[in-house]
Amino acid sequence: MSKLFSPTPLFERVERARRKKHKFRDTQITLAHGSGGRAMHELVEGLFLEYLRNPLLEELEDQAVFEIAATATGVVGSGNNGHAQIRMAFTTDSYVVDPIFFPGGDIGKLAVNGTVNDLAMSGARPLYLSAGFILEEGFPIADLRQILESMRDAAGEAGVAVVTGDTKVVQKGSADKVFINTSGIGVIESPVHVSSSGAQIGDKVILSGTVGDHGTTIMIARGELELETDIESDTAPLNGLVQAMVDEAGKALAFDAIHCLRDPTRGGVATTLNEIASSSEVCIELDEDLIPVREEAKGACEILGLDPLYVANEGKLIAIVAPEIAERLVKRMKENRYGRDTCLIGEVKSEPRGIVALRTGFGGTRIVDMLVGEQLPRIC
Amino acid sequence: MKFIDEYRQGDLALMLAEQIERLTDQPLKLMEVCGGHTHTIFKYGIEDLLPRNIEMIHGPGCPVCVIPLGRVDDAISIAQQPDVIFTTFGDAMRVPGSKTSLLDAKASGADVRMVYSPLDALKIARQNPDKNVVFLGLGFETTAPSSAMTILKAAKDKVENFSVFCNHITIIPALKAMLDSPDLKLDGFVGPGHVSTVIGTSCYEFVPRDYGKPLVVTGFEPLDVLQSVFMIIKQIVEGRAEIENQYTRVVTREGNKLALEVLFEVFEPRDYFEWRGLGSIAHSGMRLRSKYADFDAELKFRVPGLRIADPKACQCGEILKGVKKPWECKVFGTACTPETPIGSCMVSSEGACAAYYNFGRLSKIAERSSAN
Repeated sequence: MSKLFSPTPLFERVERARRKKHKFRDTQITLAHGSGGRAMHELVEGLFLEYLRNPLLEELEDQAVFEIAATATGVVGSGNNGHAQIRMAFTTDSYVVDPIFFPGGDIGKLAVNGTVNDLAMSGARPLYLSAGFILEEGFPIADLRQILESMRDAAGEAGVAVVTGDTKVVQKGSADKVFINTSGIGVIESPVHVSSSGAQIGDKVILSGTVGDHGTTIMIARGELELETDIESDTAPLNGLVQAMVDEAGKALAFDAIHCLRDPTRGGVATTLNEIASSSEVCIELDEDLIPVREEAKGACEILGLDPLYVANEGKLIAIVAPEIAERLVKRMKENRYGRDTCLIGEVKSEPRGIVALRTGFGGTRIVDMLVGEQLPRIC
Repeated sequence: MKFIDEYRQGDLALMLAEQIERLTDQPLKLMEVCGGHTHTIFKYGIEDLLPRNIEMIHGPGCPVCVIPLGRVDDAISIAQQPDVIFTTFGDAMRVPGSKTSLLDAKASGADVRMVYSPLDALKIARQNPDKNVVFLGLGFETTAPSSAMTILKAAKDKVENFSVFCNHITIIPALKAMLDSPDLKLDGFVGPGHVSTVIGTSCYEFVPRDYGKPLVVTGFEPLDVLQSVFMIIKQIVEGRAEIENQYTRVVTREGNKLALEVLFEVFEPRDYFEWRGLGSIAHSGMRLRSKYADFDAELKFRVPGLRIADPKACQCGEILKGVKKPWECKVFGTACTPETPIGSCMVSSEGACAAYYNFGRLSKIAERSSAN
């Protein structure tokens, strides 16, 4: 294996070109800019960051983590030494899923769980959410009622409250049925410090269950394929699972053993791991046979020529942890209802940096690269 | 997954790889014609399993890769006309024309939709009687019968707002053109699989007869490809050059008679059709017979129809013929990447360059390049 991974002149040339910062040259937004792949990264880094740059945004994590100091006269911004510091996490996400109702959930459940999970992935306990609704003229109140019921139930399960909101109605055709934005705030109570750049050589890669369930469900629910399966979206709040992991790490006196926590949503496990490999400047080596994929998801992807590694999940997490604690965490995670199929899927190596490599079940090796745009079905 | 996992067993692969190694240590170059095989080879890392004396050359059988710039421009020009809904298979969306792609045209306001079958396009036509629905017919004999069937159905049901922009191509003239190319040095062919389900195996008989090369029609699972490599090399070692059929579970000698009849009914060969990288090849393209002219988008719409030369820096032609390896192209991986493809071999995941770029940068292939 290591023999195969020796960097070569070709590889160096390509990697140099890949790392070079591209000037953002696109003249209009295409769907590729929203697909979570490389085009979106270029939009975020080449345009948004250009104008809105600050140290917190620069981290480009799924949430911002900052400290505020509590004083006798109130709470002030970070940097006030001598006062008790509180670490907070803050995040936002918009939900535009089509169809809005699908097996296993709906846009409301997704909007709560998604933001809860983005907070949880910093090690935070999610506290409060905001909810902004953009409604299309003519949207049935009965549907809205159903979405709100799901949001209420999801918030209840995750232990968060929706404490502020906003409503806009746009003319028919200016939006598709309903779009929801949720923001969330949470507090990090343990001394965990996770970050996409935290992966260390020798670390183990933990995955909390099967991949591709949500994305496959949505594709099938759109009805274009005329497939019938029992597969459901995996949308779920993961703050309980993260809490269990943090507890277990605490018991082992090793809060610092959890290095990265991410939920592999849009762009799937492949995209998330590429981001970690690139930020941490390490190679992540996966074993294809160890990555659990439901038969139904495998079948649907097979028919469409898609790779489940790039398909979205809404109730899974990836953790990169120190090897000493890996088995112990997996055992504890399996006890949680959202972590029953937790397993180790690979490890962190030194070279070649910035790359996710996969040992195929067939005995070969390949690179799992970041997607360029949307994953498109193949012609034949 | 039943009927799939059986063809992906790693232990069997290792056994086959050992048998291949035992057959010969003479250096051999084999071409897989089909883009689907290229994809399988990279997805499963098959080159890691093959002994070093066996080199795979990735041929021209990716229909998305060989569509010339001018035809993509024509497609975009149709898509941009008023009241047109332009439908296409997904991976043709990103193929660059001389300036933009269908994906860009969509972003600029053209109604471009991805479909899984031409029948879906016909359905859209029925649902939108006030629009002209055009389907981008693309691919070899694999996908051409479904376009032909759809045209027959549209004709029968008089769906007059439906038409096909036909870019269907045929594999045999292209294979002949390749074999006639003086700089080609190949020892055998991993023959097309899905194309052969339609055209059968008998039409390849000229390959061993006239050119003395073995050809094995091959399935698309990784064990299929390995077994086929074994069969080709065995022929070479035993001094044989024959057509063999590894993909017997779907391919017959005669092919699919019904599909061939439908193809013949709807399409006729063009005198010439241009292939990206390979140039103009006689009788290699299909067009609608005059009987079905009402469904021919080329007649229904005004298209620029310009012939646009491939970019100078691009060496797709040499790469498609196997004369050059993707990394020997100066722009590979630097100026030409899957995000900003210059040559079409970088566009589809089945294109030789994109496959190298996405899946193969690390493996033995790269090692060889440094050794060369």
